[in-house]
Amino acid sequence: MEENRKPLLEVKDLKQHFKLGRKFSIKAVDGVSFRIYPGETYGLVGESGSGKSTIGRSVIRLYQPTSGEVWFQGTKISGKLSPQDTKHLRTNMQMIFQDPMACLNPRKKILDIVAQGLDIHHMYTTTEERAEKVYRILDMVGLSREHANRYPHQFSGGQRQRIGIARALIMEPELIIADEAISALDVSIQAQVVNLMKELQKQTKTAILFIAHDLSMVKYISDRIGVLHLGHLVETGTTEEIFLRPIHPYTRSLLSAIPKPDPVSERSRTAFTYDLKGMGIDYLSGTEHHVEGEHYVLGTDDEVKRWLTDDFLQQ
Amino acid sequence: MSSHNKEAVTFEFKPDDFIMADNRRIGIDRVYPAQSYWKDVISSFLKNKGAAAGFIAIVFVIFMAIAGPYMNGYTYNEQIIANQNLAPRVPILEKLGIMDGSETMNTSTGKVTVNRYVDPQKTTGLENTYYWFGTDVLGRDIFTRTFMGTRISLYIALVAVLVDMCFGMSYGLISGYFGGAVDNAMQRFAEILNGIPTLVIVTLLMLVLKPGLATITLALAITGWIGMNRVARAQVLKLKEQEFILASRTLGAGDFYLIFKEILPNIFGQLIIMSMFSIPNAIFTEAFLAFIGLGVPAPLASLGSLISDAFKSFTTHPYMIISPVIVLAVIMLSFNMLADGLRDAFDPKMKEM
Amino acid sequence: MNKDKVLSIRDLSISFQTSAGEVNAIRGVNLDLYQGETLAIVGESGSGKSVTVKAIMGILSGNGKVKSGTIDFTSRKSGEEMKEELLSFSKKEMRRRINGRRIAMVFQDPMTSLNPTMPIGSQIMEGMRYHYKTNKKEAYEKAVKLLDLVGITEPEKRMKSYPHQLSGGMRQRVVIAIALSCDPEILICDEPTTALDVTIQAKILELIKDIQKKTGISVIYITHDLGVVAKVADYVAVMYAGKVVEKGLSEEIFYDPRHPYTWGLLSAMPDLDTHDEVLYTIPGSPFNLLNKTEGDAFAERNRFALNIDYRLEPPMFQVTETHYAATWLLHENAPAVSMPEALKDRIKRMGEEVNSLGGE
Repeated sequence: MEENRKPLLEVKDLKQHFKLGRKFSIKAVDGVSFRIYPGETYGLVGESGSGKSTIGRSVIRLYQPTSGEVWFQGTKISGKLSPQDTKHLRTNMQMIFQDPMACLNPRKKILDIVAQGLDIHHMYTTTEERAEKVYRILDMVGLSREHANRYPHQFSGGQRQRIGIARALIMEPELIIADEAISALDVSIQAQVVNLMKELQKQTKTAILFIAHDLSMVKYISDRIGVLHLGHLVETGTTEEIFLRPIHPYTRSLLSAIPKPDPVSERSRTAFTYDLKGMGIDYLSGTEHHVEGEHYVLGTDDEVKRWLTDDFLQQ
Repeated sequence: MSSHNKEAVTFEFKPDDFIMADNRRIGIDRVYPAQSYWKDVISSFLKNKGAAAGFIAIVFVIFMAIAGPYMNGYTYNEQIIANQNLAPRVPILEKLGIMDGSETMNTSTGKVTVNRYVDPQKTTGLENTYYWFGTDVLGRDIFTRTFMGTRISLYIALVAVLVDMCFGMSYGLISGYFGGAVDNAMQRFAEILNGIPTLVIVTLLMLVLKPGLATITLALAITGWIGMNRVARAQVLKLKEQEFILASRTLGAGDFYLIFKEILPNIFGQLIIMSMFSIPNAIFTEAFLAFIGLGVPAPLASLGSLISDAFKSFTTHPYMIISPVIVLAVIMLSFNMLADGLRDAFDPKMKEM
Repeated sequence: MNKDKVLSIRDLSISFQTSAGEVNAIRGVNLDLYQGETLAIVGESGSGKSVTVKAIMGILSGNGKVKSGTIDFTSRKSGEEMKEELLSFSKKEMRRRINGRRIAMVFQDPMTSLNPTMPIGSQIMEGMRYHYKTNKKEAYEKAVKLLDLVGITEPEKRMKSYPHQLSGGMRQRVVIAIALSCDPEILICDEPTTALDVTIQAKILELIKDIQKKTGISVIYITHDLGVVAKVADYVAVMYAGKVVEKGLSEEIFYDPRHPYTWGLLSAMPDLDTHDEVLYTIPGSPFNLLNKTEGDAFAERNRFALNIDYRLEPPMFQVTETHYAATWLLHENAPAVSMPEALKDRIKRMGEEVNSLGGE
């Protein structure tokens, strides 16, 4: 890990609020900053309502961020975008979605679904070239060219998810945002898709923002991890740092809740409860504290000191 | 747990049975059998007998509307005063005693059966004349006029579909897709328009324009699309947050690409069905307008004006009203049944497992 | 083995008539549930696990047909033993006598299984009022007690809350309270925690275990999550393509799995100590019930398939008194095949962990 790498994506103090009527608004994301470096996988974990999917969608500009800055390959992609910047963003950043049933247009052939990006940005000269590109990508994700002329409903969940990956990959993006890309799949298929993503990343050197709630998969695929809770990034660091030395009590409670396929230890174990109010933690008053290497934790000076010295949460 | 021990069942083993299989087939992805969407729709449509009957009836009515007016020698506006108020007479059926040209009339002396085609006492000159559905008070052939009127009704149906499809659909798609202030303004406008009764609009139009088909068409065009706009808007609202739409947006698809290439193909089926449902309504509106005297000018006939004219002599010559009423009823009913069947075929609610 | 059987499914086969042809969703399932114990049915989508419990509850959809088999339910509620065959009941009888009263069910999504227009208190009381004609006051008191039992603080206040005022975890607790309101003998949980977050998931599972300890109720879990199974189950049945392919005590399934499909399931789930470059996977896609195959349905995804697998469906082979697996690998003539290395390592690791725990 060199110190002076240039980040591929830099998110600075991103806020995304949704207005509900005149007075109320939901602060889905409330001041989150992180960086993703070229070719790495950044895992974003949190439970539902933590704002993890919102971050992904704000970064790729499906939402208009309320405030904060997003820089992608040295270009600012938050705020108003020029047509060139839009094109740059739309071709170099792609997304893989959660629901394999809903992420493909049921009325289109696989060929047209995968070639959609090429169509929009006129990235071919002949129809043969277009088909050839699609066949190559389908081959990469383990589907054959005969599949190109079929419709989505003829495929199983895992196969559809691979088609979704193919659609993103054909643009040869620098960054792929995988929004809960495996949570809707069967266990045996999850492993297939994760293997495929790892393999493809090796070939293409694409960076991945992996958004999930399943910690064991995140740990397996990610180089670095950010833990989100209620719109705040409470802890971030390399995978080893987070898993070997979790500091924030929320991270610890998440880790303690991961189920293991081991009946004897599972039965005796009880999960550690995280109680935000009971522990008197206020995310807004906390600041980012450096722990070691790339390991940062959110909290006030006192809190961090206590968490660092105290092992009160371990048992 | 002895019930599990099924090893008692003897198997016949082959010598190579317990050798690891050559697993070349492993991991080959199988896709589901190609059951095309349209094949599915058609098969479930055909299973619905009502819908199929409606479809056949519509085809038959369309055929009659095209060929009917030329089937006998009469034209729709030829008046033969001598032949007024003749009862239906059909060549073969007359031998069976029905539709032989006789009618029962109420006179001051009681019920009298009259046949003005054939009279044993004298030569009427009509022995070889056949009016299949009879003639009206001006001696015009009702058969020809009925199917001329059907043409008008089918034209109205076509107008209704076109207005729905071209205007109502686009309006709803745009309103639903852009949402926010655009949606708000567009929907309020539609509501205001919808608040004015159709009859008022038509009457006002009649003041400005000549009564006629063009005016009726315009009247339908002004208000006919509002229902479709709502349906299209609701469908778009449902679809636009779907992940495949989001995926297209992340690929940089423009608004009109999204609306017409991604959303529209997915809701087109439902929209067609909705417009089918609006057809009977439009036909009935036209018939109603004609009935109250705001319809096509004479000598043109529409089903509504035929019914209106025949209504005046309903008590003396009831046969005049029967044929346009039956045709009108058949058209409306069969469009409704067809639309119903199509809806079930496109949208199978029943989960299969 | 002199535990009391509560539910005993024998040779159950169910098929569905669909537009694409007949689908054999369940093909000869045998399962037993014992008093006060927990049975977990594990499988992927399309394995038939949901259809099995729907058959127990008598809520199969209209085009489903029971082709063969029996479901024997033994009730010991009022001291005496009563044996009943559930499949012989009509839907109406099931509703009146069994559903909710003897066998209750908790569904996956707590939001859709609660009535949004009714306060939760009335929803808990509804079942008692219907089945036992309990008077209002008694029912109210019992509802409060139940809310307390499922760990909802200030139950009296909560009685008047509407579902939307509660969080996801709380809602699932209310659903459990409703299920328990008529003192059923069997509780069926259909993926009770999939819609919940991990931290809450663990709490709900602990709650159900706790209730089981207090009331002696028997529980059936349906899930695809082996972590959940490890936490709660006494017995595990692994289903694939409408058949039980392996069943046994929880320890036997996790520490000594015999069926290649179970191997695949276990190793496809990385735990926190997995460092392998590539995860072990089961190739191919979940079995599509519309495809008719000869021989073992799993053969085409099986790395350890024998020639016979393509020809004959394997019977249940007995491993121990409680452990059965349907794979030809257990036949005496089969070559010696052992589970994948990654899984072997993990089981070894788990064994060490258990020993170290025991040593402390």
